[in-house]
Amino acid sequence: MQAQVMSLKSGVGALDERETTPNTLPPHARAELPAPLLKVSDVTLQYKTKKHLVTATYQVSFEVHEADRFVLLGPSGCGKSTLLKGVAGFLSPVAGEIHLRGRRVSKPGPDRMMVFQEFDQLLPWKTVKQNVMFPLAMAGKLNARETQERAEYYVEKVGLSKFADVYPHMLSGGMKQRVAIARAMAMEPDILLMDEPFAALDALIRRRMQEELLRLWDDVRFTVLFVTHSIEEALIVGNRILVLSPHPGQVKAELNAHEYSVSDLGSNGFQSLHQKIQDMLFADRIEETRHGSN
Amino acid sequence: MAVTDFGSAKKTPPIRPPFEMKVVKSGNIGEIQRPLSLWEQITSITAVRRIAILIFLALVWQLYALYINNPLMIPTFSATAAAFWQALLHDNLLGMVFVSVSVLLKGYAVGIICAAVLTTLAVSTRIGLDFLATLTSMFNPLPAIALLPIALLWFGLGETSLIFVLVHSVLWPLALNTLSGFMAVSDTLRMCGRNYGLAGLRYVIRILIPAALPSIITGLKIGWAFAWRTLIAAELVFGVSSSSGGLGWFIFVSKNELLIANVFAGLGTVILIGLLVENVVFRFIEEKTVGRWGMVR
Repeated sequence: MQAQVMSLKSGVGALDERETTPNTLPPHARAELPAPLLKVSDVTLQYKTKKHLVTATYQVSFEVHEADRFVLLGPSGCGKSTLLKGVAGFLSPVAGEIHLRGRRVSKPGPDRMMVFQEFDQLLPWKTVKQNVMFPLAMAGKLNARETQERAEYYVEKVGLSKFADVYPHMLSGGMKQRVAIARAMAMEPDILLMDEPFAALDALIRRRMQEELLRLWDDVRFTVLFVTHSIEEALIVGNRILVLSPHPGQVKAELNAHEYSVSDLGSNGFQSLHQKIQDMLFADRIEETRHGSN
Repeated sequence: MAVTDFGSAKKTPPIRPPFEMKVVKSGNIGEIQRPLSLWEQITSITAVRRIAILIFLALVWQLYALYINNPLMIPTFSATAAAFWQALLHDNLLGMVFVSVSVLLKGYAVGIICAAVLTTLAVSTRIGLDFLATLTSMFNPLPAIALLPIALLWFGLGETSLIFVLVHSVLWPLALNTLSGFMAVSDTLRMCGRNYGLAGLRYVIRILIPAALPSIITGLKIGWAFAWRTLIAAELVFGVSSSSGGLGWFIFVSKNELLIANVFAGLGTVILIGLLVENVVFRFIEEKTVGRWGMVR
């Protein structure tokens, strides 16, 4: 594993040689691994606007393993959010398949809980605790008392016990996002899907939420698929980063970032990986034209 | 640069020495908040302000009627109030109100049920949406009272005809508002609901209806007002359509007997019930729901 990491860090060149044959993974990922939790194979996603059929992602493949903090990183227009919606089941791929625990994803379900960027994702007619309880009650897995206890536990986990009986409109943006995270975690889903959950927060709160998410992960060890356009956030939050190119989204690289957290912000390794991803995202399009011709 | 010389003298901000200061503890500043004066507290109550307006209007009415001094044209406020009291005691005004309101509530209930069915169909299927959109654009502009002759032809004199007309006056504005409320529910909330595995009727009841409640309440209010005025008009024009007669019938009879103060008392009762429903019933519902949830101001 360590050797693999080293070879990855040693140069982007090796990554560029990746194969694109369907149903095979890039060579570096072919080591002996347990069965992945989430398997996205050659997924092409399209959506319709009023005038166009837009291809958001083209033959994207990746695997997410148990307890991964897997980040989808790319500039706007690389289809990362669309990809997340595909995994959530809101959008069916026109080609390729998405499997969660070996089962094919065909529609939305509470085994993949979504945390959105927008603050209005909480149900305004329910208090903080009721918001966390609602999906649990809808799934009907637990009885009333267990639902209540589980909700209280997770509300406490995100530090909002004092606000358990408050309606969402009384909360700040950061608190709303914490409730959304508690709500998603309380379902104990197979995978958490986070669509730029901190993008609408101010810089200070954003940093604190990143730390908090890492602390929660350390505690619970959930699996999360995290979408962001911030390289810094990707490096802090993720242990594995899928770099996507724009128009349409294609896999550019899959990198490791498990060594870095908030405390490494200024470190050399952090900075050089940051620079490397930046170069990758803004690199000239020679590779893409070659890709397009075959 | 060459075109104008606005930019020729570049401004630079002066450099000032930086400094840091200690913040004064709030205890030393003195009072940070204090209660409002009694007058400010009283005038901030909406009901107090509204009642003050009503008293003012009654006063204007009284003075104007005294000035005109023609009780056949405009009876004074006090005469109207006396007539109202007399009608309440001797002319079974309350009974007539009851007749009118009970017919109204029946029509209102049926209208709500119809609107619920139509809008649920409209959000579930595209043909349902087209169906409702077409129907509302056809019937919403049509005054419900215009259907009364047809209703009398079909159902005869009696409650059924009134209810038929009332349903029409409630259904379309309510359906229109509910539908536009459903349409305005944000994509994020929709996706949340579907993420929880909600679909069909459960999705409508658990997500769409509460999320669209502000519009639905507006629709209910408009529906109420439309139904109320339709009912009074129907009773006025086709007075005897209900065996015991309602409020409209009371106004109609009083006018025939030139009891103008009673006509005004009848009109006042219509207004009073309207005010009561709008400001007590609907306000209560709003405060307990959308107001508490921060969905409206």
